[in-house]
Amino acid sequence: MKKNYIQDIERALYDVRDADKSIYKSDAGLTEEIIRDISARKNDPPWMLEFRLKSLEVYKKISLPTWGPDISALNMDEIVTYVKPNAKQVDDWSQVPDEIKKTFDRLGIPEAEKKSLAGVGAQYDSEVVYHSIQKRLTDLGVVYTDMETALVEHEDIVREYFMTLVPPKDHKFAALHGAVWSGGSFVYVPAGVDVKIPLQSYFRLNAAGAGQFEHTLIIVEPNAKLHFIEGCSAPRYNVTNLHAGCVELFVKEGARLRYSTIENWSRNMMNLNTKRALVEKNALVEWVSGSFGSHVSMLYPCSVLHGEGARAEFTGVTFAGKGQNLDTGAIVIHAAPKTSANINTRTISKSGGAATYRSAVKVTKNAPFAKCSVNCESLMLDDKSRSDTLPVMDIEGDEADIGHEAKIGRISEEAVFYLMARGISEEEARAMIVRGFVEPIAKELPLEYAVEMNNLINLELEGQL
Amino acid sequence: MLEIKNLHAAAGDKEILRGVNLSVGRGEVHVILGPNGSGKSTLMNVILGHPKYQITGGEIFFDGEDLTALKTFERARRGIFLSFQNPEEIPGITVENMLRTAKQSVTGEKIKILQFHKELLALMKDLQISAEYANRYMNVGFSGGEKKRNEILQLLTLQPKLALLDETDSGLDVDAVEIVSAGVAKFHNEKNSCIIITHNAQILKHLPVNRAHIFLNGRIVRSGGAELVGEVSEKGYAPFEVES
Ligand SMILES: Nc1ncnc2c1ncn2[C@@H]1O[C@H](COP(=O)(O)OP(=O)(O)OP(=O)(O)O)[C@@H](O)[C@H]1O
Ligand SMILES: [Mg+2]
Repeated sequence: MKKNYIQDIERALYDVRDADKSIYKSDAGLTEEIIRDISARKNDPPWMLEFRLKSLEVYKKISLPTWGPDISALNMDEIVTYVKPNAKQVDDWSQVPDEIKKTFDRLGIPEAEKKSLAGVGAQYDSEVVYHSIQKRLTDLGVVYTDMETALVEHEDIVREYFMTLVPPKDHKFAALHGAVWSGGSFVYVPAGVDVKIPLQSYFRLNAAGAGQFEHTLIIVEPNAKLHFIEGCSAPRYNVTNLHAGCVELFVKEGARLRYSTIENWSRNMMNLNTKRALVEKNALVEWVSGSFGSHVSMLYPCSVLHGEGARAEFTGVTFAGKGQNLDTGAIVIHAAPKTSANINTRTISKSGGAATYRSAVKVTKNAPFAKCSVNCESLMLDDKSRSDTLPVMDIEGDEADIGHEAKIGRISEEAVFYLMARGISEEEARAMIVRGFVEPIAKELPLEYAVEMNNLINLELEGQL
Repeated sequence: MLEIKNLHAAAGDKEILRGVNLSVGRGEVHVILGPNGSGKSTLMNVILGHPKYQITGGEIFFDGEDLTALKTFERARRGIFLSFQNPEEIPGITVENMLRTAKQSVTGEKIKILQFHKELLALMKDLQISAEYANRYMNVGFSGGEKKRNEILQLLTLQPKLALLDETDSGLDVDAVEIVSAGVAKFHNEKNSCIIITHNAQILKHLPVNRAHIFLNGRIVRSGGAELVGEVSEKGYAPFEVES
């Protein structure tokens, strides 16, 4: 049974992707010895070592994607420098770029936390907060821990689910992830449990050694409820410039999972993150996704609506500034009858940045009466910036109800005049309009994140207008 | 308070204002009457410095200060307010949020959020705007009449020295004209002034009109007392054409 559904999903997944046409290119750098070394350091059980080695084989066979933004700056021959477990970490606050320090200041992040966020220095006080939350969760039977601990304490569960939804052969960076993953969060919510407080990985960013290849695995059993918040608005700095994380969300029958994330990577980062949810009968997954920072991002959270009546809501905002190419969007696969999805995104580009909205909606033959509405709006703040929307729809199921609305625009000069006619300065007027543009997204965020996102937008707009 | 002398303005190559002269004193109410396309709205926009119009001659002074050197928001902060003929829709910005920001900008003082909220709701009640509109996005999905009432709400909130009302009474039902007209009457006192553009004398009912101006082909061709309003409604603009 399990095998079957995974095969279904894989087929559907491959159907939505362009055939990979480029020729095979070998990557000399990454070897079995290195993988064995990583695995030994992490005290993996034998099956995990095997999994890593298999992933390595897959990794060597597949080539880089031939679509999307240019990622040729990644030197795949030297991939080993990205993945060596003792790859250079900043261990000196003075090496953290000024731009990042400045942003920490502007966001009002306390000194101790700044260092922690930058990967420098010790854990900070939020450990205490983390532990008190931990107690309440344990009482409910909820497991919330880092992946390494989960692998020891809940080995069977991890083994059952780990990279079944995002299999290593999915794409090159998934394979790489399978081979070298490290760190990340594990959440297990038993059937019927409503976790009333949102869980925030922020509290244990450093504790978990969050890094470049972290794996998030969340299982929400039938009729349970969870809100998980990943990341934070502070820029995360890494000397090495590849991030290939993986998020797998399993939302069982009648369950609800809201997964919110704000990612703000430093401007040297290639962010190639794979996120996917498997949504069962009458279950709901809600994605709230903010993408800031990074040099290049490719991020298309995917919802596989696998059970009858399964639903997905995707709400995303992307802000591309100077030198950035952010290629983001969402994928929805309707694989069962009466499934429904809503995709609502806003992208902003300025100062020569490029923001692309890319989505794929697939309605399989097994999904009659599917319903999907896509609304994507882009705002370009100047003539140098680029914005594209590339929605793909592939409808095979009967009686599908699919709506799509795309808008690419600029700030309305009449709206700026209207606000200025009320005494509001030009700079503030433009910032208000931009904030208004992302408001439908901001209001989906927890309050403190909405505030942080506004601060981020103000920072991004500063000096620009 | 407002002194406009031989004002010429154009949109690109098209000359729209051709020598406007207008002087409005403190506490006065002036009415501008003119046919469609004669340039009334353009004059209002030029007073506030809309970037799509270029001044090609003449001057505008407000309280003795040359306005043409000031940005739009600076003019607004000096106390000029325009009730737009076609108010803009601004998605994502609520009425309350925008008005609070505007009030803060105009007064230069930090506004107390709760107190402001109470005052706003009281004004909305007077204008028969239902309270939920405070949380709606600025003019988005508002009916024509609701937009006009929302302009008067802004007028009463910001309390400018000079109110320019561009056809605030157009597109309103009988009751709404009454509400808006009462709103303007409530605003007006001996310290502030109004310029009212209208095609309809009803809005003037509660207001003491000091001067009326006939606006034709980009300039004022005749000025007089309130009696001009009656003359236009009887005979139209034809008798004034010769003067232009
Ligand atoms: N930006 C512009 N570019 C070109 N022509 C313009 C522009 N703005 C206004 N005009 C023209 O200038 C003339 C005056 O327009 P305006 O809107 O000022 O008229 P109005 O007197 O307010 O008319 P109404 O009573 O219909 O509101 C019209 O012919 C209009 O088409
Ligand atoms: Mg007009």
